[in-house]
Amino acid sequence: MNTRGIWLAAICASVLLARVASAIDITLLPNEAQQQRYEALTHEIRCMQCMNNSIADSPVGLAADLRRDVREMIIAGKTDDEIRAYMVQRYGNVILFNPPLTSSTAWVWATPLVALIGGIVVAIVIVRRRGRLVADDDTPVDEETPR
Amino acid sequence: MNRFVLPVIIFLLLAGVLYVGVVHSPDKSTMVSALLGKPAPAFELRMLGDPARGTFSSQRFAGRPWVLNVWGTWCAACRDEHPVLLDIAKQNRLPIVGLDWRDDDEDAMRWLTQLGNPYTVVVVDSEGRTAIDFGVYGAPETFFIDAEGVVQYRHVGAMTMEVWEREFVGRIPHSVSP
Repeated sequence: MNTRGIWLAAICASVLLARVASAIDITLLPNEAQQQRYEALTHEIRCMQCMNNSIADSPVGLAADLRRDVREMIIAGKTDDEIRAYMVQRYGNVILFNPPLTSSTAWVWATPLVALIGGIVVAIVIVRRRGRLVADDDTPVDEETPR
Repeated sequence: MNRFVLPVIIFLLLAGVLYVGVVHSPDKSTMVSALLGKPAPAFELRMLGDPARGTFSSQRFAGRPWVLNVWGTWCAACRDEHPVLLDIAKQNRLPIVGLDWRDDDEDAMRWLTQLGNPYTVVVVDSEGRTAIDFGVYGAPETFFIDAEGVVQYRHVGAMTMEVWEREFVGRIPHSVSP
């Protein structure tokens, strides 16, 4: 098998595995709106045992228990925020993939903004300096050509 | 010379941020419990063994410090820590409540018969609801609950004598210790 064939096989295998992974959770809720909320919530709650999976993607027992809790709370009429609060109260903000904006997490949002503004300032400074260099440069063009 | 100062400062800042990120990454074994300083969740669970033994309420130990140890026969690290728990039980300093998490009753009873029973009482959490209330994410986990019913410490992973002396015995008020 050539290199391209190996790559193709690898891609096919990973797609197949991804399909298997998505079949972990086959919960069905009574109506479509609840089902959508369930799927959205289980994808934004972290599996604390495996860290970088959501509870929707994790086969471990604790994730199954947490999915059960989400399902029960949706059916009991709890709002999404109440369900998130339930999780945070027990496991802390780390259980949400999208943690709330608090004083301890503010830097996460602030850092890219600061970097962007810093970059713009640096770019402006460089452009201005270059512009000034060109304006000050009165050397005739033909003297600059390489010998 | 001058033109290198700013890039070096930026590099050092970035390196600092990344260093902090790496050092404080959410390592599973060092995550602080969200329950610290808060009242321990109340529970009333069936006791392991004969159904006639009835239930156990977490209010039983109100007014004195106690320990909750979350374990299961499926948990390898629980087997590692078991001899330590037996030594701790011999000290007889604090009541140790075992929370048998997502487990099979018969397996659990066989485990305690074969390896010895360090627990004052073992309660069964087959559906894992009490474990979730305590924010448990992997066994074994051990909690120190003070006389006011407040969670003061949570140890994740196998208990060691060193952790026990420092974090658990060290938190017992002197009037309580024997």
